[in-house]
Amino acid sequence: MEFPFVLLIGLFFAAAVYLMLSKFLVRVLLGVVLLGNGVNLLLFTNGRILRDVPPIIPDGHDVPATLTANPLPQALILTAIVISFSFFAFLLVLVYRAYQDLGTDNGNEMRLAEPEDDPLPPTGY
Amino acid sequence: MAASPTDLSAAFVMTPVPAADWLVVLPPAWCLLAGAVLLMLRKSLRLQALIALPALAVLVVIDGLLLAHVAVNGPVTMVMGRWLPPFGIAFTADLTGVLFALAGAVVAFAGGMHALADIDASGRRYGFYPFLLLLMAGVSGAFLTGDVFNLYVWFEVLLISSFGLITLGSEPRQIDGAIKYAFLNLVATTLFLVTTGYLYGIFGTLNMADIASKAAAGRAELPLMTLATLYLLAFGMKAAAFPVNFWLPASYHTPNIVVSALFAGLLTKVGIYALLRTLVMLFPVEREELSFLIALAGVATMILGALGALGQSDIRRLLGYVVISGIGVMLAGLSLGSPGGIGGAIFYALHSMVVMTALYMAAGLAGRLAGSFDLNRLGGLYTRSALFSALSLVLFFAASGLPPFSGFWPKVMVAKAAIDIGAWWLTAAVFLTGFLTTIALGRVFALAYWRPATQSLPAQTISASALLPLAGLTVLTVVFGLFPEALLSFVQHAEQGLSNPDAYIGSVFPGGK
Repeated sequence: MEFPFVLLIGLFFAAAVYLMLSKFLVRVLLGVVLLGNGVNLLLFTNGRILRDVPPIIPDGHDVPATLTANPLPQALILTAIVISFSFFAFLLVLVYRAYQDLGTDNGNEMRLAEPEDDPLPPTGY
Repeated sequence: MAASPTDLSAAFVMTPVPAADWLVVLPPAWCLLAGAVLLMLRKSLRLQALIALPALAVLVVIDGLLLAHVAVNGPVTMVMGRWLPPFGIAFTADLTGVLFALAGAVVAFAGGMHALADIDASGRRYGFYPFLLLLMAGVSGAFLTGDVFNLYVWFEVLLISSFGLITLGSEPRQIDGAIKYAFLNLVATTLFLVTTGYLYGIFGTLNMADIASKAAAGRAELPLMTLATLYLLAFGMKAAAFPVNFWLPASYHTPNIVVSALFAGLLTKVGIYALLRTLVMLFPVEREELSFLIALAGVATMILGALGALGQSDIRRLLGYVVISGIGVMLAGLSLGSPGGIGGAIFYALHSMVVMTALYMAAGLAGRLAGSFDLNRLGGLYTRSALFSALSLVLFFAASGLPPFSGFWPKVMVAKAAIDIGAWWLTAAVFLTGFLTTIALGRVFALAYWRPATQSLPAQTISASALLPLAGLTVLTVVFGLFPEALLSFVQHAEQGLSNPDAYIGSVFPGGK
């Protein structure tokens, strides 16, 4: 069951990197969403995917008799989902605000913080 | 409660936590509490600073007490919900973490005080002080936690607070800087999360002490090199190491100057701390194999940072490059791995927290007094305030690494540690960086302070609340430059605790494993 997930994660990461390399912030934003979900899938796969085995410890045992899916990575994902969603919400507002204030969603044209014609410091006293 | 039918001692810490050990969780808990109170009172602008400043002062006291506690008793651990480690989230304070936390608290207190003069009513209405307290919760938590995933969570806490601070005011150029800062930092923390996922997949535990002992035992068959390399990339990005540092010069000069000061003092150093924690304590053998790569990145970071500082006419942007060149020196120390190298990196980080914060404050005051941040237009500051100019000069010397100020000793430690293993080029790079930084900052002093004013200066004065934190931080650099012995012995003990984490592991697992 893990192998298809590995391929899927690879696909998510590849698409995320491709989108994030774009100069248009909306695509970068979509890349960030894909990256976050790719990471969540990665964490999920790390905890083994065994749907058929219930994680119940039989009588007289201290540990499960067979391999079961590990619940801890799923708890980690819950945290990661909350965080990545809230960050996405913030970035969405930030990008929209940038579009309103700077009049573009093209990262190359956002040169207010680093103007292209910035003067050099004086060379003499 | 009725007697429990099962033996709880297999899962729980049964002895009550000694009162002094509560200090371990107090810094982040106190900051969260104070931040929450400030959020509720965000409408009453007068109360904001009245609550925030005492709260930050208390944070300094808490971290100071914790330092005294840890210096006497060694690393202290407290687990959440009484769960026995490695199952519960452990907070472990060792000397390295506490030193960083204390320096961070001092810087935050100075920044909070400086903000009285720098942040106007609108900035306070948008929540400068709540964000500052929540940022400190994230920073303190990151320095004190003993759990890798918990470290990730604190990283996100400080990141979202820093987003709030960097966009405070919402001017178009701030939005521009914030976009670059936010996207690239989010990618860095996501990379951190990826690595942590792999780490859990490999070790089955997230407790740092557990990982350190398991890594030492099973190094041969575990793919630890992957983890170490990914952590280097993720935290290198947070720390602004070349070639993943371009978010810093694009954003650090855009927010309010006190926000820049706090960022320069706190955020990149959290990255350095995480690098020290993971690469030195958890994966020392892998760090050794990566040492040449780290050294090259360090040399490129420090020299390109210093050259960048030479090419800037805006003093705020210039200081961004000075921050970067300091990170290079810390990376050089990290790459060496010897006591002198790691100790030098820790010492330099502590020095850099204090000095970079003070430098940004000085730049803000210079800009306010002269009405510009541009070196082509600045001038005549010395005639306006001789005391402020003297403080600035001390800070410029300290950042350049000239004796007798605090930047000198860590550079000597790193340079000597490099010579000891025959890495003459690393020593040469440290000295060249010091030389270039001296030129860059010396030129700022010559042009902005010595040069007669080129235009009529606005009638501005420096308020005491703006000058006092600057003076306090400057006094710190002078004191630790003239009397480095106390800090040096702390740093050496901190380095030993990182390189040989037996005491750290023993504090998390008191009964042995």
